[in-house]
Amino acid sequence: MRTLRVVLAEDSVLLREGLTSLLRHFGHEVVAAVGDADALRERVSTLDPDVVVTDVRMPPGFSDEGLRAALELRAARPRLPILVLSQYVEQTYATELIDAGRAAGTGYLLKDRVGEVGEFVDALGRVADGHTVIDPEVVRQLLDRRRDPLHRLTPREREVLGLVAEGRSNAAIARRLVVTEAAVAKHIAGILAKLDLPPDADDHRRVLAVLTYLRA
Amino acid sequence: MTARTALSAAATPPWRLARSAWPWRSLAYLLAGMIPAMLPLALLAGIELLNPGLPALILLLLAGLLVVVAAGPLIAWFDRRRLRLVDGRPLPQRPPLRLGEPGTWREIGYAVLSACVAWWLDLGVVMLSLFPPLLLMSAPLQPSGPGAELPAVPWLTALLCAAGCVLLPLAAYPITAWAGARAAVARAVLAPADTDLVEVLRSRERLVDGFDSERRRIERDLHDGAQQRLVALSVTLGLARLQVADGHAAAPLLDDARQQTALALAELRELIRGVHPQILSDRGLAAAIRDVAGRSPVPVELDLRLDGRLPAPVEVTAYFAVNEALANLARHSGAARGRVAAWTQDRRLLLEVSDDGTGGADPARGTGLTGLADRAATVGGRLLLASPAGGPTLLRVELPCER
Repeated sequence: MRTLRVVLAEDSVLLREGLTSLLRHFGHEVVAAVGDADALRERVSTLDPDVVVTDVRMPPGFSDEGLRAALELRAARPRLPILVLSQYVEQTYATELIDAGRAAGTGYLLKDRVGEVGEFVDALGRVADGHTVIDPEVVRQLLDRRRDPLHRLTPREREVLGLVAEGRSNAAIARRLVVTEAAVAKHIAGILAKLDLPPDADDHRRVLAVLTYLRA
Repeated sequence: MTARTALSAAATPPWRLARSAWPWRSLAYLLAGMIPAMLPLALLAGIELLNPGLPALILLLLAGLLVVVAAGPLIAWFDRRRLRLVDGRPLPQRPPLRLGEPGTWREIGYAVLSACVAWWLDLGVVMLSLFPPLLLMSAPLQPSGPGAELPAVPWLTALLCAAGCVLLPLAAYPITAWAGARAAVARAVLAPADTDLVEVLRSRERLVDGFDSERRRIERDLHDGAQQRLVALSVTLGLARLQVADGHAAAPLLDDARQQTALALAELRELIRGVHPQILSDRGLAAAIRDVAGRSPVPVELDLRLDGRLPAPVEVTAYFAVNEALANLARHSGAARGRVAAWTQDRRLLLEVSDDGTGGADPARGTGLTGLADRAATVGGRLLLASPAGGPTLLRVELPCER
């Protein structure tokens, strides 16, 4: 895994320290760890990091400053990978973020997830590589809700869609489900067909499959 | 039944009234009115002594009136205390003395009028009621015999005296009734019926506002405190797990601890959402309703025509209404689909939650619906429900909102 230069924004000192040592442990470089949204904007523009990790709720207003700053940064640098950590499962925030990212290099994870340190760092790597990562909990709720178009999907296909939403490659999904990559590809083709996503050369159709649900 | 006011005491049978304290209290009430009357009387006496010319007289009268008005609050205070003699019902707390308040002027006006004019009437009633029996009773003391009005007939004197003794208790009636009538007027001026209601509504509003800000504070405290610490703890545990080989005795313990932390975090998250949803403060009602609807196990169709933010109490009330309605819908209605519509019209927010379920929702069963109605009422809104047996159910919430 390559070394990532990370700018971290988190107002809780305890968690900021924890995340910093976690990322260091996995060989990444935390070039700046800040506690508010203004500092985040400033550091990103001067340090040009590989990826930004930010909390949603931050000073001064303790509202959604972190997310807003992330969206602004994204608008200014469309290729900047951003991973947003949230205390809550907010579909609104997830949708805003992914809309801003369109298809590449954004992530929305519950803070609970950082405890699974291996998976968290893995997810960070996928965001930095331009994938989209959506928290399984958000996906689960959306799948629960969108029952009607989804009744066409088999339980296995739903499971695969969930893993796709987490930004995993076919190979990773195959390992997870203990099936062959060809079987995964078949499931994904089935999902895309059932969700009326016409086949073309665009790699991001799998992300669009998830977006369909997020925006519904 | 014991009477609580002089007026209701006047309606009791004569023997009971005569034995009760009410005639004495009434008399004391009416006579106590003389005390504030001393002020205008003293002023008049002063003017009489000075014996000024006409222009000076007018000036002095005006000045005297000013003095009386200035003493108005004091007289009004005295009137309030005096009222307790003949009216056992408590008066509402007197609002702080403010000149802009119409109640203040009404009270002072009444006090001045009662000190300058009304006491004449009180005194008149007392005199007229007491004079005839007292005069009759004094018959033995009156001069009699030739040249006097009373003939020197002992049995006639005794008869007149006896008649006076019989008539005296009857004087209790006009005195008690008059004092009761005066007290009713005083109460109408000092405590108009609607002030009580306004007070109640205001205090209810304050209470709900207090609860809401308390909820936000708790949400913030949990979020910035317990939740952050738990997340930090889970990171620490995760890092610790990395240091420990899979076969090590501590590994399963650490895994267990991480799992427990994750559960605690999930529970805390749900708890905080129930206390006050962050999305409501951040993005307003439409986003919060979308979020609630997204969680509903029954598919919910949304028709939200809300732009911009609404006043915070309206948003919070509306949010909890939709939350409760959708929870009921999922739990009791047996519906396959729900619908939430929200729009603003004529400075009102209108919310409709409907379903295709079996109906029969009854506010009498369970506290959810009545609680919602109470909540809507605190912001001046109302809750309407149509839920015939067999369905469908339509819940409508109307909340006034000045934009």
